[in-house]
This record gives sequence, structure tokens and C-alpha cells, in this order.
Amino acid sequence: MLIFILKRIGQMLLIMLIVSVMLFLLLEINVESVAVKVLGQYSTQEQRELWLQRNGYYDPIYERYGRWLWGFVTGDLGESVRFKKPINDFMWDRLWNTAVLGFWAMAFIIPLALVLGILSGMREGSWLDRTISVTSIITTSIPEFASAPLLAAIFVFGLGWLPGTSSMIGGFDWKQLVLPVAVLVIYDFGYVARMTRASMAEVMTTHYIRTAVLKGLPYRSVILKHALRNALIAPFTVIMLQIPWLLSGVIVVEFFFAYKGFGALLLEASLNQDILLIEAASMVAVFVVVATQTLSDIGYTYLNPRIRFT
Amino acid sequence: MALNFDENAPVLEIKDLNLSYWTRAGEIPAVIDFSLTVQKGESIGLVGESGCGKSTVAMAIMQYMGGNGSIKSGSIRFKGVELTELPPDELRTLRGSHISMIYQEPFAALNPSLTLGTQLKEVPMTHEGISDTEAHDRAAQVLADVRLPDPARVMAAYPHQISGGQQQRVVIAMALLSNPSLLLLDEPTTALDVTVEAGITKLIADISRKYGTSQIYISHNLGLILEVCDRVFVMYSGEVVEEGTINSLFTWPRHPYTHGLFGCIPLPTADKNAAPLRPIVGQLPLPHERPHGCNFGPRCKFFEDGRCDAKDVPMEPVAGTTSDHRVRCVRWREIDHSQDVAHGDAKDPMEIGDAVLAVEGMQKYYEVHDRSIKALLAGKSVMYVKANEQLNFDARRGETVAIVGESGCGKSTFAKVLMGLETATDGSIRHDGNDICKIPVRARSPQQIGSLQMVFQNPFDTLNPSHTIGTQIGRVIKKFGVETDKTKIRARVMELLDIVKLPRDFYIRRPRQLSGGQKQRIGIARAFAGNPSMVIADEPVSALDVSVAAAVTELLMEIQREHKTTLLFISHDLSVVRYLSDRIVVMYLGQIMERGTTEAIFAPPYHPYTEALLSAVPIADPEVTKREIVLEGNLPSALNPPQGCPFSTRCPRKVGTVCDDERPPVQMASDTHAIACHIPLEELARVEPVIVVPSEEERAHVAHQ
Ligand SMILES: Nc1ncnc2c1ncn2[C@@H]1O[C@H](COP(=O)(O)OP(=O)(O)O)[C@@H](O)[C@H]1O
Ligand code: SF4
Ligand code: SF4
Ligand SMILES: [Mg+2]
Repeated sequence: MLIFILKRIGQMLLIMLIVSVMLFLLLEINVESVAVKVLGQYSTQEQRELWLQRNGYYDPIYERYGRWLWGFVTGDLGESVRFKKPINDFMWDRLWNTAVLGFWAMAFIIPLALVLGILSGMREGSWLDRTISVTSIITTSIPEFASAPLLAAIFVFGLGWLPGTSSMIGGFDWKQLVLPVAVLVIYDFGYVARMTRASMAEVMTTHYIRTAVLKGLPYRSVILKHALRNALIAPFTVIMLQIPWLLSGVIVVEFFFAYKGFGALLLEASLNQDILLIEAASMVAVFVVVATQTLSDIGYTYLNPRIRFT
Repeated sequence: MALNFDENAPVLEIKDLNLSYWTRAGEIPAVIDFSLTVQKGESIGLVGESGCGKSTVAMAIMQYMGGNGSIKSGSIRFKGVELTELPPDELRTLRGSHISMIYQEPFAALNPSLTLGTQLKEVPMTHEGISDTEAHDRAAQVLADVRLPDPARVMAAYPHQISGGQQQRVVIAMALLSNPSLLLLDEPTTALDVTVEAGITKLIADISRKYGTSQIYISHNLGLILEVCDRVFVMYSGEVVEEGTINSLFTWPRHPYTHGLFGCIPLPTADKNAAPLRPIVGQLPLPHERPHGCNFGPRCKFFEDGRCDAKDVPMEPVAGTTSDHRVRCVRWREIDHSQDVAHGDAKDPMEIGDAVLAVEGMQKYYEVHDRSIKALLAGKSVMYVKANEQLNFDARRGETVAIVGESGCGKSTFAKVLMGLETATDGSIRHDGNDICKIPVRARSPQQIGSLQMVFQNPFDTLNPSHTIGTQIGRVIKKFGVETDKTKIRARVMELLDIVKLPRDFYIRRPRQLSGGQKQRIGIARAFAGNPSMVIADEPVSALDVSVAAAVTELLMEIQREHKTTLLFISHDLSVVRYLSDRIVVMYLGQIMERGTTEAIFAPPYHPYTEALLSAVPIADPEVTKREIVLEGNLPSALNPPQGCPFSTRCPRKVGTVCDDERPPVQMASDTHAIACHIPLEELARVEPVIVVPSEEERAHVAHQ
């Protein structure tokens, strides 16, 4: 097990290294454009060359990459052009905000999706199954940029219960969190619920469920003891995949509600060609992806005794 | 609960049961007019080919017909209680405690993510409300009863951590925990090896004798039914066509179908030249395409226009027998089966030519890596699976050589090396003059590949579902360089279809439109596309029903005869092997235990392992006697085989520590018969034959008629 984890961590580092090289080449191979992006369209040729010279951009590319990587490893992410501040000073706050948003979204998505998925997969074809399936298909197919204005129209402008922006200028306010979380939940729970349903329905047709029924066990214990655990293996991986999805999936929501999160930051960075910020944010995103993948693999071995390590 | 059992009523009484499935295509009448009575302690056998409705009957007794099945009419009474009208909670108290079931695939029947202990304990905890610790003791007790060593370890294990035979013992233990009055066994040993099957069969028989449990034993294997049952019901296409006591039905089968079945199984009296198998012509009708009148009509050679297809045929008692023998055939009185030989026409034996294959000292080790910390520290992270060790034998032109042994003994590895899918670690295999054991298939010439072909157990896996049969065979012909011209390739495909006796319009069919037997015929056609000098057949008929298997076996041998092909037949089924091979190689844990001509293998001196294998073969002939040798224990891990004789951990004749420590010498009983054992030949020769077949004069039915 320990070796497995060490191996996975090694793999994670390798993937991040490869991505960092690709990212670096993509954004910084063309030195000229870097200067344009930093100094703006209206800078003169001399200004640009001077800037490039001063910032070591005429050094060989591997040297520059090494310098950048070292900075990254030691926690020096450089300065954002757009915000005119060290990236460290604000990126982590943004990430934390998104984490809060994501946490609450998942706190609703997971139980809701699992319960509905299980209920509907338990008796395939029943009216309950059909109702749940149709509902989840409809909610998943409404894009966030449609549900966000719709909810805002009802709860902000119609009923006046909730604030229309969530910038939290005056400190944390749970009321401002309600709408962004709601949009995310509506958009995502149906997908997870359908995955859970498929998995549960499959488990219900297996021979070991038949064995359990023919042993004379009460229906409750057939479901809770025999079906549930096996049915949760597949949704578990799906849920773990929702975490990295949230990182970028929140862009629309954060933008719409002016929530100061990571997604909005990413959007801003790329709209403004803020290279160092794009690099830093992308690396964070990649880290989240590989880290959840690793966690998901480890969790999977625990759920599924067939591949558990001895 | 409110279940009022009448202890004097039969354990089970089924009357005029009709069962149907509902599909998009409409109603499928799966079982028609089924009646059956089981008395206390009685074992009833239910035989028939797949799809004839055996499992449907079992599931109806359990009242578990799935989403689309239903009981249309009829009654099922268990000790006087009508099951078809039982409310759900009473049904629950009945299931698993009064009636329990044992399934065909033990692994699928066990929950993969619960420990076996949990799955066992819940039975008495549910039905008797006893505490966890009490249930634990009970479970451990029953596990010991089913002769599982180390019950504590088994209870803590998950299903995948124990072998298939052990899994089936756990399932049996689970069924026995509440001491049921009726056991339903649906092909309980079909997925297991012969020696394991023999152990399980004996166990089930012992247990039901000890507790007076009644049984309904479902199987397609007539030999097995003979060993375990008192009475037998033969089913065909949803109906019982004949029923009777074992003795009466096996000695005087009355129904043409039953009679036909016996012609399909390689009994010890069958011989590929003198008395070949006689397959039943035609195919089982689909449930919604059943003919008018007798269902067996289109395949029956006694069919009479106007009588057999007039109306539904009723069951009639066979007069003159003391046993309760009944048959569903309008002509049973007239048909004289004794005039009708149960085998096909005799053929000339084949000429055996020069050596085509010579295997010398062939060895195949697989490297496996153990990455646990313990193994790394001990420096044992690389280990070897000795899949094949020192194989020596040869095969001649036109000859059939069989390799037999239980699963995991290295048969398939050897086939893979021959085909070039793996390369040998050491030794040599000469085929048509070249040493091929280290040439992977990529490096072989098309002719080399074409001249050494294989027929697989599961033809489905080797056919591409999205291409027509014609293009698939055509591609093989082109690949082997037999023909290059388009029209010639087409002609050759047609020729091959003729050879395997399939209609030419199969050219445009796709694999999913074919039945199992037809797919296997395509597999054979493909193997013979490149005019091979040798064909390896890896369990080619073991997944097929008896009558289909007989037809495919006969076909394979006919083609072999015509093309003078060498056939390497890999199988675990000694009856088939005895029937069709000239020479036999018996393998155990990657090593050859015994090799010799078929007669030599089936007569003393025996290698102790061969002796046990022979004893394990169920034989569907009540007059054949067998010596009983039951092997205990499991096949050892190939990673860690015994130091000395590989068979030493299970050998009933083990002579002492020399078997544990020293490789047994290869002793030559004749120039072609070799036995690897420490016991001297003279002593091995002193045993009685395992299988004794009475001569024609000694047979009861001959004397009677
Ligand atoms: N769930 C099902 N839906 C539709 N038809 C079925 C179903 N199960 C079995 N059948 C059909 O019922 C017939 C009897 O099947 P089965 O009882 O499984 O036979 P056996 O156990 O003898 O092989 C077959 O024709 C089979 O195709
Ligand atoms: S009823 Fe006729 S067709 Fe059917 S088995 Fe008897 S003889 Fe053959
Ligand atoms: S060598 Fe010993 S253990 Fe092996 S088969 Fe002979 S008697 Fe049995
Ligand atoms: Mg069946």
C-alpha cells in the first residue's frame, strides 16, 4: 500500500512536471509576445527589448524554465501584471473562496444525488425511477447561464429574499452563497444521480443480489447491506471527478454573481493575458486534478476489496 | 409464523405448472404442463439441454421469476402449503430456511465486497434471530461440515480470495445453515474441475443422506445425474418428455430424444472408429417456434405424419415396469430401441504417419513481480510461475494427441507457446522441421501460421461482431497466402462452409446471428483455412450442449480424417478424450505425470493422479462400475509448487517424505507409456482397473429382451 501511494505521488509529480513544461513553452516561447502582453500594445520596440533584457528573457530557454520552476517550487510565483501585486498575496484567498463554494455545492450534490440515484436504481422502471430520471435529465440540460438569471429573477428581483451579487465585500455572508450554490447543485446533481442509478440498477440484476433475496433476507437488508456498497463504487469515482470540474465549472457562476473565486480569477487572467498568473493558476488546477485522481484511486481500493492490496 | 406445514404431505408437489416470460416479441412459454412430486429424502434429477426450462422451474419454486417472468397456471405445494399464493413475508421465512438454493456460478452468487463470514452468519440471524456470536459458531461448524479446512480463515476472507471449489463449498454451507427440507441445485458443479466436481458431488450426497434433505438436482450431465439421483426427469423444449427411476430410464430409455442423448455422450463403449457418436440432427426449436404436436417431431427419425403432429402429446405411463416410468411419445409402444444401435456407422481407423511435432524439454516460466515491502526486503520481489516444466512428447501425422489436466495445469500455456503467443523459456518444439518454440507469432511466415492453427473454447471471443462470416474467413485465407484472387477466395470460403456443413448463405451472416454450435463450426472453418498440418483444439466443445458437442466433435474428426491433420486436443473431460484420442498426455502443475496410448492410460499401471482423474469422470451407464477415489485439498499455487513430486500434497498413495523432497523418476511401462512416480511399476500395476465396463453378454437389458 505504502509503495502504491509513493508510486502515485511520483506519478503526480511527473505529470505536473510535463504539464509545466508544456505550459511554459506554450506561453513563453515567443519572447516578443511576452513583452507585448506585459507592457501593452502601445509600448515601443526599445522599451520591450529593454524590459526583456532586464528580466532575463534573452537567456536560453532551459535556464528561464529552470528559474521559473525553482521560483514555483520555493513559493515565489512572481507578480501579476493585472493586479500589480505578488500572486501569492491574493491567489490563495481566491482558491479558498472557491473551495468554500465547492464544499457547500458538494455538501448538497452528494447526498441528493446518491439518495435519488439509489431510489431510482432500486426499482428500475417504476414511476419513482421515471420521475427521478426525467427530473435529473432536465436539470442537467439547463446550462448555468440560464439557471443563474432565472433564479436571480425569482429570488432577488421577484421575492427579494436574497442579494443579487455575492462579492462579500462586507465579510462572509451565507445569504450571498445561497444562489451560487443552488445553481451549481441544480446543474450537477442530475449527472451524478444518473450515474448512481445506472450503477445501482446493474447491481440489482447481479446474482449475489438474487442470492441475498433467496436467502430470505428482508428487502431493507438486501438493499442496505448487499446492494449499496457495491453500487457506490462507480459513483465514488464520478464524484471525485466533480471536484476538479468545479474548479473551472464555477467560472460562469462566479462571474454572474461577482463572487471572488478562483474561476473568476482564471477568467480575468486569461482575458488580460496575465502570463505569470495564468501559469500559477493552471499549475494549481493541475495539482487539484492529479491530487483528486490519486485520492480517488486510493479510496477505490478501499471500497473494492477485490483489488485491495495485501 | 403462520406457515402450517403438513408433515405428511410430499415435500414438494408441482401440478400442471405453466411458466412464461414476457418479452417485446410477446409471450414465451418457457415451461409447459410441468408436474413433479418430491418425497422426503428423495433426489430428483432434471436434465436437458440449455434453454429447455430447467432453471425456470427452479426459480418458480423459489417464487423468483424476475421482472418479466410469471406463473401462468398450476400449483406448487411445499409440505401442503401453496407457494403461488404466499404473501411476501411468509415467502421470506420460507426462502433460505426451508428451501435453499445452490447456484451454477459460485463466484457470481457471492457478494464480492462482504466477507464470507458476514454472508454466512446473516442466514441464521435472520431466520432464527440468534446472536452474532452464536451465528458465528454455527457458521464455523457448517464450514467444517462441508470439509473446508480452516473455517476461521475462510470466514474472514472475501470471495475472490478462495478457489472456485471452496466458493462452491461456502455456497453449499450457506444453503445448509438452516437445515432446509428441500435443496435446489442448479448445475452446481458445471463451472468446476472434474476432481473438484467429484468431491462436491460426494459431499452433497453425504449431506442429504445425513439430514434426509430432498433435492432437485439440475444438470445437463447425465453421468452426474446417475450418480446423485433416485429419479430423473428429461426435459425438452419446455416439457418433460420422459421420467422414471434412474435404473429404469438409463437402462431402457423410451423416448427417442432420451435415446438420442445417450448416442451423443462418449460412453466408455463408444469408439471413434468402431462405434462413433451419433449426434441428434437439427436444432432445439425456439419457444415461440415450437411445432404442432410433438416438439421433438422435426428431429425425430420415428416421426409419423398425421400422428406425431396431430395434437399435443400427453405423458403416458410405461406399462410393465415396476417403477413409475412415464413417457411423452405416441409411438413408444412400437419403437424397438434395441434394434436401433445407439452409435453411428463404423469407419476405418486412420493411418498414422511421420512425426509432425516433437517437443523436447520445453519449459515456460512466467516472471511475476511482488511489490510488497516484505518481498522487497527479503529480496524475493521476482518470482517464477513454472507453467510448463520439461515437456517431452511428439505427435504424428493424422494422429490425435490429448493433453488432459485440471485448470491451471499449464495446458493453455503450452498451446500459447505452440501458437507463438508466448515464447518458451527453454527446450525445443520442432514442427515441420523448424524449431518454433522461440519464434513469436509476429516473426512467423504466413505459411507457418497457417499450418498450425487453433480452435478455441469460446468461438465468440475470436469472431469480430461487426464483420460478416464471409469476410472474416476470407481475410484469414488471404493472410495465410492460400489465395489472393478475390473470386478464388470467395470460392474457398464457400468450400470451407461446405466442409463444416453450414449453409452457404452464412457467408453474409454476422456472428451474433449464430448459435454456439454454429459459431464453433466457423471457428473450425477458420482454423482449416490455411490447410494446416496441425490443429490445436482447446476445449472446443466443453461450452456446448451434449447434442451440439457430439455434432461438432464428429465434424472435427471427419475433417481431420479427410485432411490427415494432426489434432492436439486439450481438455479436462476424460470421456471425450478417451473417445477421440490415440494418445494421451496427463499434466499436473505444469509437468507431465503420465503419457501413453489411450488404452495404456485407461488400464493399470496408473499414475496415482490419473487414477483419481479417471475415478472422477461421471459415466452415464448404470452398469459401469467405478472405484471411488476422492481427492482432498486444492491445487497448490504454481508460484510455490511442492519441492518433489508436484502431486505430493494431494496424492492418496504418497509413499513418504521422498515424494516431498525428490522429483519422481520417469518410469517406462512400455516404449510409449511413461509414468513419473516413486512407486515402482510392479506395484502400480497391481491395482484394479478404475472403470469396469460389462461385456455385452453381461448387460441386463440384453438378457431381458
Ligand atoms: N428472463 C428471461 N426473459 C425471457 N426469456 C427467458 C428468460 N429466462 C429464460 N428465458 C427463456 O426461457 C427458456 C427456458 O430457459 P431456462 O429455464 O434458463 O433453461 P435451462 O435452465 O434449462 O437452460 C429459454 O428459451 C430461455 O431463452
Ligand atoms: S411422438 Fe412421434 S415425433 Fe415425437 S418422439 Fe414420439 S415418435 Fe418421435
Ligand atoms: S511420486 Fe509420490 S506423491 Fe507423486 S504420485 Fe507418486 S506416490 Fe504420489
Ligand atoms: Mg439453467
